[in-house]
Amino acid sequence: MIHISKRGDFNRFKGDKAWLNRYAGFGVSLIIRLIALLLSLVVSGVLIYSITKLNPVDVYAEMANGVFGTSRRLWVWLRDLALLLTVAVGLAPAFKMRFWNIGAEGQILVGALATSACMIYLGSSGISNTLLLIIMGVSSMAAGALWGIFPAVFKAKWNTNETLFTLMMNYIAIQLTSFFVPMWEHPKGSNTVGVINADTQMGWFPSIAGNQYLLNLLIAVVITIAIFLYLKRSKHGYEIAVVGQSENTARYAAMNVKRIVVRTMTLSGAVCGLAGFLAVAGADHTVSTATAGGRGFVAIIVAWLARFNTITMVIISAMLVFLNKGAIAIASKFNLSNDVSDIIQGIILFFILGSEFFINYKVKFSGRAKE
Amino acid sequence: METIAQIITLIRTTISFGTVIMYGSLGEIMTEKSGHLNLGVPGIMYMGGIGGLLGAYLYENSVASPVPFVGLLIATLGTLVCSILGGLIYSFLTITLRANQNVTGLTLTIFGSGVANFFGGSLSKLAGGVGQISVASTSSAFRATQHLTDNIPYIDDILFNYGFMVYLVIIIAVIMSRFINRTSRGLNLRAVGEDPATADAAGINVTKYRYFATCTGAAISGLGGLYYVMDYIKGTWANDGNIEALGWLAVALVIFATWKPLRAIWGAYLFGALYWLYNFIPGQSRSMQEIFKMLPYLVTIIVLITVSLRRKKENQPPSALGLSYFREDR
Amino acid sequence: MCAERAAFWEGNVLSSKSDAKERNRVVAAGDGKPLVEMTDITKKFGSVTANDHVSLSIYRGEILSLLGENGSGKTTLMNMLSGIYFPDGGHIRVKGELVTISSPKDALDLRIGMIHQHFKLVNVLTAAENIILGLNESRRLDLKSVRLRVKQICDRYGFVVEPDKKVYEMSVSEKQTLEIVKVLYRGADILILDEPTAVLTPQETRRLFDVMRNMKNDGKAIVIITHKLHEVMEISDRVAVLRKGCFIGDVPTQRTSPQELTEMMVGHAVKLNIERTQPENVRKCLEVEHVSVVDADGVRKLNDVSFTANGGEILGIAGVSGSGQKELLEVIAGLQDALPGGSVIYTDMNGKTSSLIGKTPMEIKKLGVQLAFVPEDRLGMGLVGNLDIADNMLIRTYTEGSGMFVNMKKPRKLAEEIVKEFDVVTPDLQTPVRKLSGGNVQKVLVGREIAGSPSLLMSAYAVRGLDINTSYTIYNLMNEQKRRGAAVIYVGEDLDVLLELCDRIMVLCAGSVSGIVDGRAATKEEVGLMMTHIGGNADKEAGRK
Repeated sequence: MIHISKRGDFNRFKGDKAWLNRYAGFGVSLIIRLIALLLSLVVSGVLIYSITKLNPVDVYAEMANGVFGTSRRLWVWLRDLALLLTVAVGLAPAFKMRFWNIGAEGQILVGALATSACMIYLGSSGISNTLLLIIMGVSSMAAGALWGIFPAVFKAKWNTNETLFTLMMNYIAIQLTSFFVPMWEHPKGSNTVGVINADTQMGWFPSIAGNQYLLNLLIAVVITIAIFLYLKRSKHGYEIAVVGQSENTARYAAMNVKRIVVRTMTLSGAVCGLAGFLAVAGADHTVSTATAGGRGFVAIIVAWLARFNTITMVIISAMLVFLNKGAIAIASKFNLSNDVSDIIQGIILFFILGSEFFINYKVKFSGRAKE
Repeated sequence: METIAQIITLIRTTISFGTVIMYGSLGEIMTEKSGHLNLGVPGIMYMGGIGGLLGAYLYENSVASPVPFVGLLIATLGTLVCSILGGLIYSFLTITLRANQNVTGLTLTIFGSGVANFFGGSLSKLAGGVGQISVASTSSAFRATQHLTDNIPYIDDILFNYGFMVYLVIIIAVIMSRFINRTSRGLNLRAVGEDPATADAAGINVTKYRYFATCTGAAISGLGGLYYVMDYIKGTWANDGNIEALGWLAVALVIFATWKPLRAIWGAYLFGALYWLYNFIPGQSRSMQEIFKMLPYLVTIIVLITVSLRRKKENQPPSALGLSYFREDR
Repeated sequence: MCAERAAFWEGNVLSSKSDAKERNRVVAAGDGKPLVEMTDITKKFGSVTANDHVSLSIYRGEILSLLGENGSGKTTLMNMLSGIYFPDGGHIRVKGELVTISSPKDALDLRIGMIHQHFKLVNVLTAAENIILGLNESRRLDLKSVRLRVKQICDRYGFVVEPDKKVYEMSVSEKQTLEIVKVLYRGADILILDEPTAVLTPQETRRLFDVMRNMKNDGKAIVIITHKLHEVMEISDRVAVLRKGCFIGDVPTQRTSPQELTEMMVGHAVKLNIERTQPENVRKCLEVEHVSVVDADGVRKLNDVSFTANGGEILGIAGVSGSGQKELLEVIAGLQDALPGGSVIYTDMNGKTSSLIGKTPMEIKKLGVQLAFVPEDRLGMGLVGNLDIADNMLIRTYTEGSGMFVNMKKPRKLAEEIVKEFDVVTPDLQTPVRKLSGGNVQKVLVGREIAGSPSLLMSAYAVRGLDINTSYTIYNLMNEQKRRGAAVIYVGEDLDVLLELCDRIMVLCAGSVSGIVDGRAATKEEVGLMMTHIGGNADKEAGRK
């Protein structure tokens, strides 16, 4: 028989050294996670070998080369990292409040739509590129916020299930994108929006110091630090932490729970909307239903695994984007489909998700000495 | 005459389309009844679809003259194996290891679509062949029609001229409804989804029921992928994200049907009709057509809000939906 | 320790060793052999001993009352019989045979069924569906035969159950009936009811008692866990008393009196030497009038409660738990809605009055009311378990200061002060409070609440689960606030403490004010009786029987 119990706190150290327990406990969970990561790489390696008959070590080396091999590749990695990180960081306030915002995908898309609309309609109005970029950023945030407010209001008022509501909002956003694509079609008949303002480059992120994607990175870093401070140090952040832990305590502390829910989801939606701005103005210069590209969902996993800690999100995002890019690199090198990256990503996430159990619970096989 | 032909086409499209999401949705209803929200439905439908295609492909390429019916059996077996495997991954992580259901489900969707599109895209290449994968023989078995009423105009086209899986899904819906509402095991399953602690105290094995429901649910959802591959797109593979879109629509349908299998039948056809309605309203621009396709999701949101507003107990999600159960948590 | 307590009563009562002849007279229907024998049962939760070598027998055809104060170990003892807990020591015999009960299913197989205070029913299912839940797995759902058997059971004992009614449409009493029928349907011969009348109206209680008598006459053994003396006198054949985890004794109901039972239950007054100063500069602080509260299930929790709390004195609130203490404090704090018609008037140090009723906590805070509240649920309401001590200091003050960021200097300093002043044992200030022991958690909470120099301090079960030293620290803090001129409301469960600490004691009984007594003059027995009877007039009720 197997007996499962909640893992207590690490308490090997006593007395004066008791403060060490926290770090030791952290160490234990880190080791468990690393073992999970290692196991997942082994399983993926076996899978890669069975398909390609290639030495997995070579394959991983090829992945690293595919991601970091040239400075251009490195910057693309940083660009995609910036984008995923922005979304994950945007989700953090909502998740910390225990509000399941599954709607990041849609919030990114409407942000992207608002950005594209500004580029298309204001691109030739004669305003400066800087002003245009600011307008684009603000509109993308407004659009994302709007997408976040709806489910939040209904959650606050009538306790409408936010997981399912935000999920549906994704598809409304996708259809809305499909609605605009034929309107903005270029060239006619292509059923794509094409590169917006290809000639004037209006609304495109400017190169800074010769680096095309530096601005993306800067925005993501600023947002990450801002949200980190917001959650850790601000009054709002404090309210979010309390509401997320216990609504009873929040009421006891004279907080207006409904207002906090709506406000936080507005913020969460706005940051995800801004990610749409990064995707369109900073990378694709076009919009389609694939603009969000599943990042809204991957970001949920990132935010969850990082336990709402924005700094941990950097590490996890970096790893996932690396895997994605690396897998695509080996796929093209060995003439396989890109989808192999989703498989590897899935396997690694399964292992990491499963490892959480061993961090939170203790498994005992009975027959051993009883405690 | 043209209008009648148009109406018949609408009905036929609606029914085929509705069948795919009905499979997905019935599987998810089964899963959610046990208190587990599996957002991996699209992934499982992908895995079911590729499992069937893989089975049929391997069979058709290994014999000189494939028998369609054998292909059908092998494809179905492939679907069941792959989709139940998806269900098992999800169950093991969320039930045994108590991982977060939303995150696990989303990961399963990523994984399933990766597996399916990878094999769908490179299968013939890996097998040394060229061109698009195709299992014409097996697909013909899935698409074989009955022609029971050939001589009655229209009725045949509207009611009978479909592959068998269109009827199978309705049978599954009826059986599921009877299982959930009329059997002791169904009652126990409902109790597990509503209040696992009470069910546990009544001597019900919560873990067993949850595994059973998620894996059976996965098998049913997977059949949706099989129908899509073999019948809807006639035994080929298209890497166009359609299955994923249909999978999410299936999740929406669960809410629309308020967790009732019989309501999913007409709900699925209603979704199909709403989705394809634009084809039959003349003078729509391409943009406006997309707005029509938004209708199923809008309707679902309205249902979701109405359900939470009216608080009618029979229409609520299972109370324990999304929560892991650990006896010692009490 | 237990032996001494029991010995005290040896003269008056049948101890567990008393002769069988005597008992046979009490238990007319029994054959003299016990149906269930619990011997030397011990159960510990951490360092707390909930049951200390308790021995108890249950007989066929009798109604046994298990009497004791809150925390005396009654429910724990019965939970071991019904398979919820597993005893650390001792053994259980059923019909003479040694048994191991490790799950509710084991208990039911031995024909033991327990009706818990919190019903175990699935809300969206019907009565009949709840009854057969988990039974006859392989068969098809045959609700027809269930209905038939339910009707048989109902007719036999005088229940009314509508088999097709959904649980969520049922009243509390209907749910309770359903629980009893469910247990009977599963073939229980031994029924344990945990405080069954706590949620019932007098009429419903009478109906329940009729049913219990019918079951007794049918040869079932019934245990009723209660602390209501008049019910004990009315329904039971025998009373067993527990106090602080120890078995005190058992007596035939006919040969005892409420006074005697009260003494067995509460024991003799113990001198605690809590310092109590004379109130000075007493001023009116809080006037509560005609406050009534109904909970979400429609159960009346507070009934026309009126009292005054004065600055410079400690007002104790006594009562068995669930008599409305929680609701009363929450109404004052703005966390609970009261029925229209009541009023709560607060008077500040300068004589300015303001009405608190119907206000949210935020509005009360904005009125400038210096309200401190130490709630019963320390980690679920008063503190946030996952935040550290300094962060928890912020709960009352995080809005202070301009700008959007929280000023962490003050809370950190306060946290340090509290840790130092009250000897809070913690590795460091960054440790989440849920990792602290119960006593340290309470020190953090009380420390924070009094740091704001409150003019009104409310505390609920402030010393529950704390060791003696920490308890005295808390008493001293209460006294300090009283000397400062604050009005202190102290909800407690230990009568010895209430009688030595408080200037006045208000006794609540089933949501009503049973009386307000002088803390220096009242006796333990007096307060004990008031807890179970409005006005404390037990003799009249018992005499009526």
